Amino acid sequence: MSFRKPSVLPGFGLTFGFTTFFLSAIVLLPLAALVLAAASMHWSDFVRVVLSPRALGSYRLSFGASLLAASINLVFGFIIAWTLTRYEFPGRKVIDALIDMPFALPTAVSGIALATVFAQNGWIGRYLEPLGIKVAYTWLGVTLALTLISMPFAVRAVQPALLEVQRDLEEAAETLGAGRLYVFRRIILPTVLPALLTGFTLSFARAVGEYGSVIFIAGNLPMKTEITPLLIVIHLEEFDYQGAAALGVVMLAISFVVLLTINLLQAWNRRRYVRAAH
Amino acid sequence: MASSLPGVLATDATRPGQHTWMNTLVRWLFISVSLSFLAAVLLAPLATVFVMALAKGLPAYLHTFSDPDTAAAIRLTLITAALVVPINTIFGLAAAWAIAKFEFRGKSILITLIDLPLAISPVISGMIFVLLFGLHGWFGVWLQEHDIAIVFALPGIVLATMFVTFPYVARELIPLMEQLGNDEEEAAITLGAGGWMTFFRVTLPKVRWGLVYGMVLCNARAMGEFGAVSVVSGHIRGLTNTMPLHIEILYNEYNFVGAFAVASLLTLLAALTLVVKTLVERTGYRRR
Repeated sequence: MSFRKPSVLPGFGLTFGFTTFFLSAIVLLPLAALVLAAASMHWSDFVRVVLSPRALGSYRLSFGASLLAASINLVFGFIIAWTLTRYEFPGRKVIDALIDMPFALPTAVSGIALATVFAQNGWIGRYLEPLGIKVAYTWLGVTLALTLISMPFAVRAVQPALLEVQRDLEEAAETLGAGRLYVFRRIILPTVLPALLTGFTLSFARAVGEYGSVIFIAGNLPMKTEITPLLIVIHLEEFDYQGAAALGVVMLAISFVVLLTINLLQAWNRRRYVRAAH
Repeated sequence: MASSLPGVLATDATRPGQHTWMNTLVRWLFISVSLSFLAAVLLAPLATVFVMALAKGLPAYLHTFSDPDTAAAIRLTLITAALVVPINTIFGLAAAWAIAKFEFRGKSILITLIDLPLAISPVISGMIFVLLFGLHGWFGVWLQEHDIAIVFALPGIVLATMFVTFPYVARELIPLMEQLGNDEEEAAITLGAGGWMTFFRVTLPKVRWGLVYGMVLCNARAMGEFGAVSVVSGHIRGLTNTMPLHIEILYNEYNFVGAFAVASLLTLLAALTLVVKTLVERTGYRRR
């Protein structure tokens, strides 16, 4: 086998064969079925489904709310990561462990819990109601659910980068008379920028495909509070497999672009660290 | 840092501006913003789960679990996890061995492909199996002729769950094995140990905590998966409803105590997962 370096360790054929076989059977073939189902459509049918007003409305909500949620996480993710890495306060370790909660918590549970808390008579919803802010069953609710479920990605991406920031550089800058904002802009931000962008992209990627938590808090009204994954489910329930596959391919294409962006960002991040080390 | 300075300086010459009011203000601002944000979007919903579940007292809470449909949902979730976690664990071990122990071309593509299910919407993860095995799917007619049910039955639920939780064990093990290196395995092989013996006596003990964490994570996702399973399950009460799907049904029937009671079990499972994660990290093993 010329495509691998020789090694004294056994088991490459077995493990590599099993891995690629299982990967193909469970992941690649089913995904190919999706692409084929969409490809078997007539081009004009594909365009009609993918660019229908209802589909366009769902993209607007799915992408708009996901971008907003990722932006909220960009800001709060940084603040939380900063608080957890720089400050010592009672309960810090518990909070640090809880950050992963949305990741471990089933999305249906986050969905019904958020819908209850932010409903008109809910713990938080009742204080927002007099202010004229309706969260449950609006696009705000969608954004909120997406913010919650993608929050760990943003925090966990930034935390290690913040630990990398060289404190002695900050101290040197302050000794030389740099102001706090100047230190932030010239020393901290450049170091954590790739991590911030990675966290943003990961949050977005997680949010854009989310289904479980959103359907409980969104009103699921066509054109208004209907996300793209829900529209796919509606097509499936009407046994319109091709329509569902067409929308699925659109979402899949977006996932690929996002995945590619993440890989490029991480490669950029690694290069920067290597440069910094020399 | 400060202790290396002479006595007088040690108290005064800390970081410049360390004790200014500005610093204290920023510090409290960051902590309070962080905590308020987490309290609103994370802690309040978590507390709600238990408050709502116990809203009508403990007997009503416990009564939920005597309902046969709820019991069936719990059983189905346990069966699914019992099938999915071991299979994905074996896959994760095989993938980690191939990727971390050997250098070959196309390795990064393989890693990306393994991670693929993480980037895909759960709805699509379920849909692909409907497209393959559903009544109007590729093998739908053939399956019906042979009286094999995959979609709207246990095999479909297991397949969709397997797809969604596919990367978790591998993702934990690959970086860990790469970091630990091959020296000990190479020594074992050179001294005459067989491949399996090397794996069970050298590699497995080294990576056991990463393996435990990967399995626990895989299990949490397997038991909690909603979107993918929702698409393939058909929502047949008492038959193809997993716990998350049963939550949806109870919630839509305004049976809030029931919905949140089932949700409380899954919340406890999530909490347990985080406890295991914390314990595993305490053993010195860190992710990435």
